[in-house]
Amino acid sequence: MSLVNIKIDGKDFQVESGLTILEAARKCGFIIPSLCAFNNGKCSRASCRVCLVEVKGARGLVASCVYPVAEGMEISISSSKAVEARRASVELILSNHHKNCLQCEKNGHCELLEVSKMVGARDHMYEGEQTPATIDELAPGLIRDTSKCILCGRCIERCKEAQGISILGFENRGFQTIVSPVGNRSFATSPCLQCGQCVNVCPTGALMEKSEIAKVDEAFKAGKKVIVQTAPAVRAAIAEEFGEKIGTPGTGKMVAALHRLGFYRVFDTNFAADLTIMEEAHELLDRIKKGGVLPQITSCSPGWINYLEYYAPELIPNVSTCKSPHMMMGAIIKTYFAKHHDLDPKDIFVVSIMPCTAKKYERQRSQMPDDVDAVLTTRELARMIKRSGINWAKLPEEEFDPDLLGDYSGAGVIFGVTGGVMEAALRTAYYWLTGKEYGKIEFHEVRGQEAIKEADINIEGTVVKVAVTSGMKNAKVLLDQIKEGKSPYAFIEIMCCPGGCINGGGQPYVKPLFLVNEDDNILETYRAKRASVLYKEDGRQVIRQSHNNKDIQKLYKDFLGEPGSELAEELLHTSYSSDREKYPESK
Amino acid sequence: MVKIKSSEELIQKHEAEHKCLDKKFHCEPGKKAIVVCGGTGCLSSDSREILERFHHLIKEHHLEDKVTANIVGCFGFCSQGPFVKVFPEDTLYTKVKVEDCEEIIEKDIMDGKVVERLLFVDPLTHHKVAQQHEIPFYKLQKRDIALKGNAEINPEDINEALGQGAFLALNKALHMDPQEVIDEVLKSGLRGRGGAGFPTGRKWQFAHDVKCDEKYVVCNGDEGDPGAFMDRSIIEGNPINVIEGMMIEGYAIGAQNGYFYIRAEYPVAVARLKNAIKQCEEMGLLGDHILGTDFSFHCHIRLGAGAFVCGEETALLNSIEGKRGMPRPRPPFPAVKGLWDKPSVINNVETLANVPYILLHGSEAYASIGTEKSKGTKVFALGGKVNNVGLVEVPMGITLRQLIFDIGGGIPNGKKFKAIQTGGPSGGCLTEKDLDTPIDYDNLIAAGSMMGSGGAIVMDEDNCMVDVAKFYMTFICDESCGKCSPCRIGTKRCLELLTKITDGKGTMEDLDELKSLANVIKSNSLCGLGQTAPNPILSTMNAFYDEYVAHIKDKRCPAHVCKNLMQYKIIEDRCVGCGMCARNCPASAIAKTDIVPVGKSESMPLRVHRINPDNCVKCGLCIANCRFGAIIKD
Repeated sequence: MSLVNIKIDGKDFQVESGLTILEAARKCGFIIPSLCAFNNGKCSRASCRVCLVEVKGARGLVASCVYPVAEGMEISISSSKAVEARRASVELILSNHHKNCLQCEKNGHCELLEVSKMVGARDHMYEGEQTPATIDELAPGLIRDTSKCILCGRCIERCKEAQGISILGFENRGFQTIVSPVGNRSFATSPCLQCGQCVNVCPTGALMEKSEIAKVDEAFKAGKKVIVQTAPAVRAAIAEEFGEKIGTPGTGKMVAALHRLGFYRVFDTNFAADLTIMEEAHELLDRIKKGGVLPQITSCSPGWINYLEYYAPELIPNVSTCKSPHMMMGAIIKTYFAKHHDLDPKDIFVVSIMPCTAKKYERQRSQMPDDVDAVLTTRELARMIKRSGINWAKLPEEEFDPDLLGDYSGAGVIFGVTGGVMEAALRTAYYWLTGKEYGKIEFHEVRGQEAIKEADINIEGTVVKVAVTSGMKNAKVLLDQIKEGKSPYAFIEIMCCPGGCINGGGQPYVKPLFLVNEDDNILETYRAKRASVLYKEDGRQVIRQSHNNKDIQKLYKDFLGEPGSELAEELLHTSYSSDREKYPESK
Repeated sequence: MVKIKSSEELIQKHEAEHKCLDKKFHCEPGKKAIVVCGGTGCLSSDSREILERFHHLIKEHHLEDKVTANIVGCFGFCSQGPFVKVFPEDTLYTKVKVEDCEEIIEKDIMDGKVVERLLFVDPLTHHKVAQQHEIPFYKLQKRDIALKGNAEINPEDINEALGQGAFLALNKALHMDPQEVIDEVLKSGLRGRGGAGFPTGRKWQFAHDVKCDEKYVVCNGDEGDPGAFMDRSIIEGNPINVIEGMMIEGYAIGAQNGYFYIRAEYPVAVARLKNAIKQCEEMGLLGDHILGTDFSFHCHIRLGAGAFVCGEETALLNSIEGKRGMPRPRPPFPAVKGLWDKPSVINNVETLANVPYILLHGSEAYASIGTEKSKGTKVFALGGKVNNVGLVEVPMGITLRQLIFDIGGGIPNGKKFKAIQTGGPSGGCLTEKDLDTPIDYDNLIAAGSMMGSGGAIVMDEDNCMVDVAKFYMTFICDESCGKCSPCRIGTKRCLELLTKITDGKGTMEDLDELKSLANVIKSNSLCGLGQTAPNPILSTMNAFYDEYVAHIKDKRCPAHVCKNLMQYKIIEDRCVGCGMCARNCPASAIAKTDIVPVGKSESMPLRVHRINPDNCVKCGLCIANCRFGAIIKD
C-alpha cells in the first residue's frame, strides 16, 4: 500500500493512498461531520453535502466522503468557508426535519442532532414547508416516518448490499422526494424481510423498530406472570447501550437488570437453542438416512424465512421445520413449565428480548400459536432499563433462573453468530453418528465473518459437506445453486443479517460518529468483536454440546419423549407458506 | 441497399449522389423541386399533409417528370412556418396551408410565376421577400456547420446526406491516427455546446488515455431548458451528421458503441434517428469493419426518462443503465468510470454535429470562425418578446444586439427591450448594457449569465424580473432530482421567499436571506443543476435589485405582473360605459356606477363602470375587451 503526504489545516500527515478525505481525516484525528456517509467511511452518494471541505486547487468545495486523497493535497476542514458551508447544509436539512427531538426514540443516537451540534447549526435559520409525516406503522417490526427522513440513502444502500432486494428506494422528485418501498407502499405490503438493517443505519428517527414496551407494561399492570427470555446475541451488545466498548460481555448485568425490572422468571433462549439443535440435528440425520430433501437449511432466522416465502418458495422442502429457538421456548414455557408450576398458560406473558426486528413479525405469523406475547429488541430493553432508574455501571452480575429451563450449553450461546448454529448442530450430529464427543469440540471451519464459508466435515469417514452464509445477497448464491440442482451441500446455515444475530436489526447502533474511542475502522471490526463475546462464553461453559444439557435431557425424558416425537412436532415445528403475495392489496 | 465497403466506394457514391442533389437544386431547364419543412413545429401545422397534397397534385396534373416534392429539416424561422421552398428559383413561401398547394402548383410550378401572397413580408420595410437569403432573419446567420443540411436535404434519405458529403469526414478520420483526430479537435477549439463549454478535445483525450477494452460514447439529446429546441432540430434535419460526429469520436477514444439519449418528447427526432441508423447499417456504414477498416461501431438509442436532471451527464448515465436519474458524485469522472463503469464521453448533440465539419474542412478553417476562446458557431433558440422567433445559427462573437434586433427583428409592439435570458434555468439575464457584448462562453459568464445549451428568451418592459426568477425557481424545484439537500431543500426555500416577495409580504431581510441561500446552493450542491440553479435569482438581483425592492418596500410590481401587487382599474374619463368589460368578466367584479361618461348624455343608458377589487380575479379579460383603452393595470 502506497502512502501519500497530505496537509490538513496546515499539519502534515502521511496516509494510505486510496482513502477518501473523510477516512484519512478520521485517521489523522479529525472528525468531519457527515450524514449520508458514516464519518469514517466511503460513500457512493455524496448527497447530504455536510462533509464539505476545501481542497487547494479544486473547483469549489469538495465532498470529503467521495474525494480521494492525493500526494501533496492541502485540505482545509476549519476554514470559515468550509465551516459555514457545512453549517448551511445542516441548517437546510433541519428546515425540513420534524424536530420533536424530546419525544423521538432516536434521541441519544440521532446523528442529525449530533451533527447539528458539531456544526453549530443556528435555530430556525431557514424555515418553510416540511415534508408531511406519513407514518408507515402497518408492519409488525418497522416504522417509517417521512417527516424525519433526510434522504441520506443509507437505508437504500444497506437493503441492497445486505439483502440484495432493494425494498427501499427514492420516490417522487425534488422537494417531494421520499424514501419508501416502491409505489409508496407500506413495509407490510411489500416483500420486506423486516430484518431492520435499514433501522440500524438510519441517522435519524425516520426508521425505527415498532416498540412493544407498552405491551409489556400492560402485562405487568394486568398482573400476569411475565417471563422473559434473552437471545444469545443480546448479551454480546447490550453493554454498548450503556457506554461500554464494543465487545464487552453483558450477560450478568443484563440478567441482574431483568430481575430488577420485575420479571417472574429470567430465562436464556440458549436453552431453546439447545432444544432446536436436538430437533434440527435429528431432522438432518433423518433426512440423510431416509434420503430426504437435501441440503437441509436452518430456520432460526425469521428474516430468512421471509425471504424464503417471498423469493424462493420452491425451496421450502429444504428448510428445517424447526421453529426458531425463542418460539420453541415460548411453547415449552406455556406447556411444560406451566404444567410443572400449575400455572394457567393464559396468565403467563412471554417476552423475548431479541437482537431482531423480524422476530416481532415472526411471533405474529399465522403458523405460530401465541406462545410469545411480545418481542423487544436489545435497544428497547436498554430503554426499559434506563427509564427504570437502573444504573448499569453499578449492577452486579447475576445468573439466569435455574428453574426447569435454566441450563444451557456453549453450543446454544454461539447461535448468535454466523456459523454458530452449524457448529452447534455438528457437535451433536457428531455425537449421534459416532456415539462419542468430537474431541476438539470446536469446528473452526465454520467460524469467521466471510460471506460464504464451506467445509467438509469428516465424521469418522462420513464426509458431510456444509456451508454457512449470512446476508441474503450472499445466501442467494447458495440458494440459486440449489434451484439449479447443483448444490453439493448436506446442510446450510442461513442468517438473514450479515454476520448473524450479533448484527441483527434490533442491536445497538454502531455509529462511528458517537464511537470516538473505538477503532477508526470499527464498522469492519464490530461484528468480530461481538462474536468474540459469544465464543468466549462458549469456551467457559462446562457443558458445550446441546445434547448434554441436563434440563434438555429432563425435558425429553419427562415430557417430549424423543426428538421428532409427535409432541415435539406439534410444539416445536412449524410450516411455511408457498403462496405469500409480494404486493398484496393494501390492508 | 448496396453496401459501401471502402473509401473509394464511399467517394464514388458521394459523387453520384452529389450530382443528383445538384440537379435538384439547380434543376435542368423546365424542371423544379419542392421541399417542405419537416421540423416538429411545421409538422404540427400540417406540413406532412401539405407534402401529401403536393404529391397528389403532381399526380393529378401529370407533373411527375417536371417536379419532385420531399420533406426537409427545420427552416428555423418557426414563427413563419410551414415553409415551402421551390428550386431552382429558391422561392420561399411562408405560412403555407394545405389549401395553398394548388395555387403553388398551378401558378409557380406550371406557370413559372411567384405566388406573391405567400411571400414573407419584412415587418420593418413591409416589402415582400421572395428568396430565403434575402430575409433579414437569415442574413447574419451561418447555417452550414451544426445546422448543415437542415432545410436542404431529406433527413429520411441517406443518399441525399451522402450527396452532401456525409461520412467523408469519417473517411478522413479513419486515415488518421486517433490521437491526430483528437489533436485536430483540440486545435479547432471546439467547446461543449451543452452548457459548460468544456473543451471537447480534452474530454476525448481523457477517455482516450484510459486503457480499457470497452469504452462508450454517449450523445446527450435530453434537451430540457424551457423553450430550447436546438438539438431536436439538428437531429430532425440531419441525423446522419450527428451519427458521423459520434463515430469520429468513437474512433478517437477507442469506443465501439455509442448511445443516443434522446428526449421521449421528441418522437420525430427519434424516428428519423432510428431510420438513419438503420440505413447506415444497411449500407455498412455502421457495424463491423466500417469502410473496410478495423473500426467497428454500433449505435443505440435510449429514450429520456422525462426528467430535466437526466440531461446532467452522470444522471443520464444512470438513466441509460435503467436506474433512477440521479447524478453521481465526481470523482470518478465519466471519462474514467462512466456508462456501466467503463470510460465514457458524453457530448451534446450540437457538439457532435460540429465534428464532421472540423475533420472535413480542418481545424484552421473551423477556428477562423468565432472569437479567441470560443470557436465556430452556436445555435440559439430565440424566443420570447422578439419579432422573429426561431432557431438561429450564428458565428460566435456576434453581439446580442445583432441577435435580438437584426436577426430577431427587435421587440414587438414598439416595446422597450429589458433583458435576454440565456442558459435556461442555469443561466441569467443580460441587460441593455450587455447588448454590444460579443457572444462567447467567457463573455456571457463575465456578464453574469452563461451560454448554456442555447435558449435565448427576450424580455420587454412587461416582464417582471422577480416573476422571471420565480418562474425558473419553480421549474428547478419541480425538476430537482431530490438527491442532495442544498438543491432539494434550498431551491424550495428560495421559491418560498420569492413567492413571499411577489405576494407583497417580503421584507428586506428576506432579500438578504435569498442571496445568502442562493450562494449556499451554488457552493454546496452536488451537480451542475444545483450549482447553477440560483443563477436566475442572483443575476436578476444583480441587474434589477430595484424591482425586488419595489416589491418589498412599495408593495408594487413595476411591470404589473405579480397579481397580488397589482389592481385593474377603469379610468373614469376614458370609460364610455359600453359595458363590454362587465359582460366579459368571469367573476362579476365589474358594475355600473351612476356617473355619466364624458361626452354622453344623461338620457342615454351608458354609465361609467367600476371594478370591485375584492371580486376581481385579475384575469385580464376586461382589458382585452375594452376598445377604448380605459382599463389599466396599476
